[in-house]
Formats: sequence, C-alpha cells, structure tokens
Amino acid sequence: MELRVTDLACARGGMIVLQDVCLQLRAGQALLLRGPNGAGKTTLLRTIGDLQKPITGTIDAPEDSIAYAAHQDGLKATLTVRENLQFWARIYRRHMGDVLQRMNLQVLADRPAQSLSAGQKRRLGLARLLVTGRPIWLLDEPTVSLDAASVALFGDVLRGHLADGGMALIATHIDLGIKADVLDISPFRAQHSVPQAGFEEAFL
Amino acid sequence: MIVLLIRDLRLAVRSGGGFGLGLAFFLLVAVLVPLAVGPQADLHARIAAGILWLGALLSCLLSLDRIFALDHEDGSLDLLATSPIPLEGVAAVKALTHWLVTGLPLTVLAPALGVLLNLPPDGYLWLFLSLLAGTPALSVIGTFGAALTVGLKRGGLLLSLLVLPLYIPTLVFGAEVARRGAEDLAIGVPLALLLAVTMGSIALLPFASALVLRINLR
Amino acid sequence: MSIWEYANPKKFMQTSGLLLPWVTGLAAIALVVGLIWGFFFTPADYRQGATVKIIFLHVPAALMAINGWLMMLVASLIWLIRRHHVSALSAKAAAPIGMTMTLIALVTGAIWGQPMWGTWWAWDPRLTSFMILFLFYLGYIALWHAIEDPDTAADLTSVLCMVGSVFAILSRYAVLFWNQGLHQGASLSMDKTQHISNVFWFPLIVCMGGFVLLFVALLLLRTRTEIRARRLQALLLRERMA
Repeated sequence: MELRVTDLACARGGMIVLQDVCLQLRAGQALLLRGPNGAGKTTLLRTIGDLQKPITGTIDAPEDSIAYAAHQDGLKATLTVRENLQFWARIYRRHMGDVLQRMNLQVLADRPAQSLSAGQKRRLGLARLLVTGRPIWLLDEPTVSLDAASVALFGDVLRGHLADGGMALIATHIDLGIKADVLDISPFRAQHSVPQAGFEEAFL
Repeated sequence: MIVLLIRDLRLAVRSGGGFGLGLAFFLLVAVLVPLAVGPQADLHARIAAGILWLGALLSCLLSLDRIFALDHEDGSLDLLATSPIPLEGVAAVKALTHWLVTGLPLTVLAPALGVLLNLPPDGYLWLFLSLLAGTPALSVIGTFGAALTVGLKRGGLLLSLLVLPLYIPTLVFGAEVARRGAEDLAIGVPLALLLAVTMGSIALLPFASALVLRINLR
Repeated sequence: MSIWEYANPKKFMQTSGLLLPWVTGLAAIALVVGLIWGFFFTPADYRQGATVKIIFLHVPAALMAINGWLMMLVASLIWLIRRHHVSALSAKAAAPIGMTMTLIALVTGAIWGQPMWGTWWAWDPRLTSFMILFLFYLGYIALWHAIEDPDTAADLTSVLCMVGSVFAILSRYAVLFWNQGLHQGASLSMDKTQHISNVFWFPLIVCMGGFVLLFVALLLLRTRTEIRARRLQALLLRERMA
C-alpha cells in the first residue's frame, strides 16, 4: 500500500501552477506540505483526490483508498452530530463505531450541527475521515479554528491512523506533534516556459 | 444512494418551507389567472388545463437552484464527489428528491386547483396523469440546469433562462394531454410522446448533469 | 500539415488575417449583386406582388440562423474532444451572429406575413420554432457571460449546446405536433422539384451565398477579437503570477 505521485502537473484557472511534482508515501507515513499562500497546496490535494484531472503525470494509489477533507466540512446544519456522521458512514458502507468518543463528540451527539462552535464543527468534519475507513487522508488545513486541546486530540487520532498503517498528506503550518517529513512545494512552481495546447500559455 | 435520498428528504422536511412554498406559488397562479383574464367561467374551462400545467412548471422552477447550491455552499458536494457513490447517481438522486418534494405534491394539488379554474369533469384524471408523467422530466431537466449554474453566485435568473427552453417539449405534450383530456379527445399520441420525453430525459440527463458537475467542481 | 494546426491561436490569427479582407469583399459583392438583382430585376409575383422580394433577406437569414447553431454544435464537440481554444472561442463568437440572423428572420417574416396572412405574428410551427431557437441562443450567450473562468465557460456552454440541440429538435417536432400551421413549405429542398421559378431562384442563391460569406466574415472577425481578449487576459494572468 503506497501513494506515488510522479511528474505531476496541475492547473488552476487555466494556468499551470505546479509541475514535476514527485512524492511518495508508504504505509504509516505522513507528509506535510509547505509553501506560501497560493503556491498550489489545495490544487495539489484536489488533483490527488481526483476532483480535477492532472495535466501530465500519474497518481498511483490503490482503488478507493483516498479520503479528502476540504476547507469546508460538508455538515448539514439541521441534522444532529450523530446523523451527520452516520450519513457519511453509510455512504462509505461502514459503521460509526466509537468515532464519536475518539473525537470527543459524544456529549454533543444529539445536538444539531448548527448549534456547534466553529471548532466543534471542525472536529465533526475530521471525524468523518475516521468513518470513511480509507487509508490515505488528504487534509487541507485540518486545524483551522481548533483550540490547542483539539489540535492535540487530532494529533493523537492522526498518530493512531498512521500506526494502523494509514497515510496522510497534510497542508498545514501548525505543528501537529506527529513525526512527519516536510515537503516544500515552492520549487515545483510552474515556469512559464512550458506552452501547452489547451492552456492560457497557448495565447502568449 | 438510498442513504443520500433519505438524508435529502430529511433535510427537506426539517428545513420546512421548501416544498410548501412551491405549492403556495402554484395556488397563487391559479388565483391570479382568473383575476387577470376576467370572471367568465367558460373561458376558464378552456384554459384551465394549460394554466395548471404552466403553474406547475413555474412552481417547479422556483426550487431548482436549491438542488445543488446548498451542498455546494457547505462543501458536501466536493465530499460526495470523492465518495464511493458515482456522481451520476448523486445527480439522479437529487432529481428524484426534487420530484418527491416538488413534482409529486404539485401533481396531487393540481386537480384541487382545477376546481378553482372550472376544469371540465373529464379533465381531472388526465390532468393528474399528465402531470404524473411529465413532472419527473421537469425535475431531471431542472437538475441539469442546476448543475450548470452550481458555482454561480446569483444563478437563479440564469437558471430559469437556461431551463425554460428545455422545458418546451414537456410543456407542449403535457399540456396537450391535459387539454385533450378536458375536451374528451383522444390522448394516446401526446401521452406516448410525453412519456418518451420523460423516459429519455431520465435515462440520459443524469450523465450530462454529472459531467457538468465535474466541470464545475474542478 | 494537418487542419489542426489552425487550431493554434497564432496560426489562426495569421491565416484569418489573410483571409478576412477577401471573405469580407466577396460577401459584400455577393450581397450587393444578389440583393439588387433580387429587388430590382425580378418580376413581381402574380399572387404575392412585390412583397415576395423580402424572400431575399428572409430565407438566407433563416438559413444562417440554423447553420449558425449547427456550426456552434460542431465547434463545441471539437472543443470537448480535442480541447482547441480557437474552436471554443469560435462557438462563442458565432452565437450573437446566429442570434441576430434569427432575429432578422423573425422580423422580415413578420413584415412579410402582415400583407400575406393579415397578421404580424401567428403561432405557426415554423415561426414558433424560430422563436424557440432565439431563446436557445439567448440562454447559451447568457451562460457564456455568467462564468468567469473561460475554460469552465467553454466546457459548460459546449455541454449546454449539445443538450440544447437535442431539446431544440424535440421542440421543433413538439411544435409541429401542436399546430399544423399556415407557413408555406420550405422554399428549397434537395430532392423535390423547385417550388419557386428560376427568376427568383438564381438571385436567391447569390443572396444565400452572400449571407454564408457574411457569416464567415463576421465569425472570423469576432473570433479574432475573442482571441485577442484571451491573449490580453493571459498576459494579465502572467503578470499577476510572476
């Protein structure tokens, strides 16, 4: 089980933002993506998560192994915490198990999601990852609006996931307290010397 | 996919308003038309079938922009797109949900409003059946329109502009069935054509909707 | 040398720049000759009188209204399959021209219909179909304008064009079914004997040729404008990202 990205180029808004990206993740490994705002972290994660097609290059991962967590948590305000989580569990054909306890959400289980604070919503959004049962997590700024205790809690969950042979690709600037390699994506920033059919460069 | 259907139905029930508004709008159309054209009962009887079809179509249009907009705003559309259920299935389920909370209630309400418009006695059954056969097409076509405009901030008006021309065949055949039914004429051909439009739309448009959604999510 | 090389914006700009004056000139000549011939050197019809002469505007405009949409459909397919920007931009450029042609056909039809049928507008299948075509053009153009990202706009409008084509054809038959109509049969057809005599036929052919050339000239001009606009946008993007 591994995730291997080779010579990947991806685009945003018709411009190629990253090129020649190579990275590799083995079971139990985590990789932190670093780079200034607008460097293409989200674009890279969305490409690996198959929300957009790569321009060139390949993404090798076992089928149905990737779970993606975006900036937004995809919560329904009128459903309770339990219902929200149960929905995603059923979509992935799995059981909720003790996920509520692990993310410290059990006291909130029957509250509608609209009454949660931003940090609690985020915890619920991250709990969704656990019910997917997918080994490769793509996390886009997972710690936004989490307090120190919740960050530590999430760090524990992440460590548990890695210990079980999971993988994580995380775009973050915060220390999650996990052992992980750091990949600075700035060097992959696309040069404009690559005019390619089908892109804005074709007009230059 | 049934999970998604159940969730969306539950959301529709909890948020309230959603389908009540469409029905209220339909009632308003049926009340305003006689006020606009005058109180002659024989005139109402002649236009009742067409007016009720048009009213149902416009009420359907009202709730289209909510089909994907809410899921897009809170990010669940991205998450659904990366989930194990295919996007074609998501589009089909969304259309089905829309029909269950909009098209079906409108179909049931229409004969009641027929009384207001002095619909001839023969017309009730065919009005009901034509709406039953035609409103699924309205939901599926509307879902395609909603998928086209999902990323747009103020897509509501544009959505109407895109979807209404696509509604023309359904409206023509559907209203024709209802009109002929009211006038006690043969309805076989338009009904068959209406069913053909509906089934063709149901079979093909979810694929187009999913294609368009993928483009919009990129 | 394959035809796809013209899909490169630079190559297209070069070639279209060379072609444009010639096409424009030919269009002007054909239209002047055809319309003068048609208006002043044909006899008045024994039933319809001089009003029949509006045919020299009406029929070619109607022809290009439909062909404009067909051209957009082909260009959209090429964009979806081969992703050549010029193709998508030419579809975008064609829409307002096609819409104008539809409008010309509708207006000249109304002017022709008033003395002939005694009404400016009738819900005749052919008239109704053109009105519906006008609505489809309207939606297509509105969608192009609503979306900021040009590639997304090109993708979405292409899909709309394809789905719209199916529904436009459906609407055409729905409308035929709905009302059998009073419009005369098609003026031209390939397989049947001609409905109109040679006196009208030859200038009409010249006018139709003129409209085709006019369409091509306008299309080239508008596509060139679109390409320049995109080039400007690409330059601005590069500025911002550098």
